[in-house]
Amino acid sequence: MSTGMTTITPLVTFRNETPYPFCPGCGHGPILDHLNAALVKLQLDPRQVVIVSDIGCSGLSDQYFATSAFHGLHGRSITYATGIKLARPGLTVIVVMGDGGTGIGGAHLLNAARRNIGITVLVCNNMNFGMTGGQHSTTTPAGAFTATTPSGNLERPLDVCATVAVNGAGFVYRGTSFDPDLADRMTDGIRHPGFALLDIWEPCTAYFAPRNRLTKKALFETLEAMRFPTGILQQTEVPEYAEAYRAAHADELDGPTLRPRPIQPRFRSALERRFSMVLAGSAGGRVGSAARLLARAGVLSGLYAALRNDYPVTVRTGHSTSELVLSPVPIDYAGVTRPEVLVVLSTDGAKQSRKFLKQMRAEDQVVTLPEFADLETPAPVSVLDFAATGGRLRASQYALAVASAAAARLSLFPAEALLEAVRQGEPEHLDSDMRAVEAGRGAAHRISS
Amino acid sequence: MPNRELTDGSTAIVRGALAGGCDFFAGYPITPASLILDLMLREMPKVGGVGIQGEDEIASIGMCIGAAMAGARAMTATSGPGISLYSENLGLAIMGEVPLVIVDVQRLGPATGGATTVGQGDIQFVRWGTAGGYPIIALAPSSIPECYSLTRRAFQLARRFRCPVFVVADKELSLTSNTVDVGEEPEPEREVGPQVNGEPDGGPFRAYRYDPADGVPPLAPYGDGQLLRFTGSTHDERAFITKDSQTVDRLNRHLSAKIEEHRDEIDLVTADLEPDAATLFLSFGVTAGAMREAVTTARASGRKVSALTVHSLWPVPETPIRKALEGVQGVIVAELNQGQYRREIERLAAGCQVLGLNRNDGELISPAQFVEML
Ligand SMILES: Cc1ncc(C[n+]2csc(CCOP(=O)(O)OP(=O)(O)O)c2C)c(N)n1
Ligand code: SF4
Ligand SMILES: [Mg+2]
Repeated sequence: MSTGMTTITPLVTFRNETPYPFCPGCGHGPILDHLNAALVKLQLDPRQVVIVSDIGCSGLSDQYFATSAFHGLHGRSITYATGIKLARPGLTVIVVMGDGGTGIGGAHLLNAARRNIGITVLVCNNMNFGMTGGQHSTTTPAGAFTATTPSGNLERPLDVCATVAVNGAGFVYRGTSFDPDLADRMTDGIRHPGFALLDIWEPCTAYFAPRNRLTKKALFETLEAMRFPTGILQQTEVPEYAEAYRAAHADELDGPTLRPRPIQPRFRSALERRFSMVLAGSAGGRVGSAARLLARAGVLSGLYAALRNDYPVTVRTGHSTSELVLSPVPIDYAGVTRPEVLVVLSTDGAKQSRKFLKQMRAEDQVVTLPEFADLETPAPVSVLDFAATGGRLRASQYALAVASAAAARLSLFPAEALLEAVRQGEPEHLDSDMRAVEAGRGAAHRISS
Repeated sequence: MPNRELTDGSTAIVRGALAGGCDFFAGYPITPASLILDLMLREMPKVGGVGIQGEDEIASIGMCIGAAMAGARAMTATSGPGISLYSENLGLAIMGEVPLVIVDVQRLGPATGGATTVGQGDIQFVRWGTAGGYPIIALAPSSIPECYSLTRRAFQLARRFRCPVFVVADKELSLTSNTVDVGEEPEPEREVGPQVNGEPDGGPFRAYRYDPADGVPPLAPYGDGQLLRFTGSTHDERAFITKDSQTVDRLNRHLSAKIEEHRDEIDLVTADLEPDAATLFLSFGVTAGAMREAVTTARASGRKVSALTVHSLWPVPETPIRKALEGVQGVIVAELNQGQYRREIERLAAGCQVLGLNRNDGELISPAQFVEML
């Protein structure tokens, strides 16, 4: 193409040749005519415009435009529009939905406004469900007659504009399909970079109008009686979400961080068969962390380790149980029914241990603190008293101390492997974990063999 | 000794998604799938993608569908209760031919069930999860490495067939840490580029193609130079709504044929068959792990047994299953539900006894339980 010589032919219409399917006098046609006028005025590339229609008579709208289009499920148009806009912020995304959609999809409307997604929502508000036979909707005025409010609507109509406005929508307009300047207000809405909503009241001539003697004049009176203001109700600059998201993450474009973090086995374990240990304690007892260090020590020693944690959904309270499996071969089944070593660290842990205690046998080991010396089980119970040995451990160190005592006693892996695991662990716990491991090793001989 | 890694299925699923080129994720928190959401929201910006927490599951899958049609490689993840809320949009994704990966980290159901308890009760649910009854593709990893490879594969299949593809995991697989050998070869390059399937053939653009019935129409996303139309209603090839019975028939045949007639591209099993074994163990997901340990134990004690791990649950990989059934007298189908996949095996196992090994109490089936069945 040569420069300077191009003639741009303005698009005179964004409509295709298909006539509207709406009933005579239905407000949808005039609304779509205004939308066409707005698009002509904006002269956007029709391929870069996506009309996302909801369901209902108004949901048919996209089919009469020579733009890109998306026709999905009832009430969900805003979610598709959000996805399209987030994936390609350069597109102009216009939602055409009925008042029906504001009910079934109310949560989406609210959240798109709150996030300030840069889409334009046209609510074709004819105060009832046209397509399904004139049932009442969220916007049906109180007292109005519909197929489902035969003695007059008892529900209060939803103020769509006030709802989205108070929740952060950038541009909000209320008007009717009779407004001469509707195309201009749509233009304002489409130009607005953030979330824009136009609540457009209109007659459904098949159902709502005849049942309620709704004339053009009566429509304005109805709005007035409900004290629903008209015109531009909100116009503020709020950062548009898709842009804000990209701006907020602009300096993160450095590829995934989830690359494998390999552990290089450099010790040797004499373990020749599968071994399992359960640590049963309470939230805050660093039970999971202790089990993880043992697992890492195992992997550092050439073993395979599997670790399964269990705790209530209220994580900061109640039990915390870790099931650890170590094996010289890959572990395809990580379940533990009868642990060879059970470490009981708290009352919660003792409760959780009941199912294991019964299964255990004389050749297994229970290792615990003095408070739980009288646990009932066929396995021998060894008690480690860190207070008495003057080790001065905090309760949050007991899990690792007891577990490392058991690991040392059973020679699961070289002592150095566990120290290395601690060194590779969380730096803020390094000193405390080192002390716990030392104390555990010192107490190992107290575990019966 | 090779390097090893201590990791979990959720991390592997996220890595598989990243390798598959995922650049859009939307989800709503639910145990045991929340870790995937957390990781994806952290990773997406790093690959130039978008990660968002929807206001609910309906919004999440809706955003994914919109993004996919705008060219994104989209994924969402949830558990049973969320799959229920995906149902209607699952139908939309089938009808509109949307490439989309859906992870179901199963927990014990029904309803809220056991949030932190394992189950495999969604097997028939993901198959028949929407109205109308159309084919669906579902892959079930049975180990952490498979969480990675099958999620990556799910992205390829979603793109190849322009349809939603399930990755059916479970609580144990996703949240239990385990040790994997880190391969010598570097991780494959992330599959990038827009979600375009094939080249438009030069003729006038049509959003859909019904001829040949098993063909898959190229996807030209919004903003890529075509006027792209999309609809969840019965439609013609230009995506205009139609009730013309001939067109509707062609559309529906096409939606079936593009998957049913390409099963050989989807079928994925691991067959560990022993000549002269009278019994075949058949399982999938976390339960297949116990099955493999049981096979090792049984064989070590001199007993013959064959095993089949099914990775592509749907469509049922009938050819390899029939092959594995040849010559055995009985098949034991093990699953953490009351026998959902067993129904599929029963229709294939003429002249062979089909037994179920089932648990539905939130506990895993142990290798010992398998061995006891011999
Ligand atoms: C999930 C779901 N529930 C119900 C319907 C049936 N339905 C079709 S259109 C419609 C209401 C349409 O009313 P409105 O959004 O106001 O559009 P109008 O027809 O008035 O333009 C309903 C409930 C549907 N399509 N999907
Ligand atoms: S039923 Fe009502 S909303 Fe639908 S086309 Fe007719 S007048 Fe319009
Ligand atoms: Mg309506």
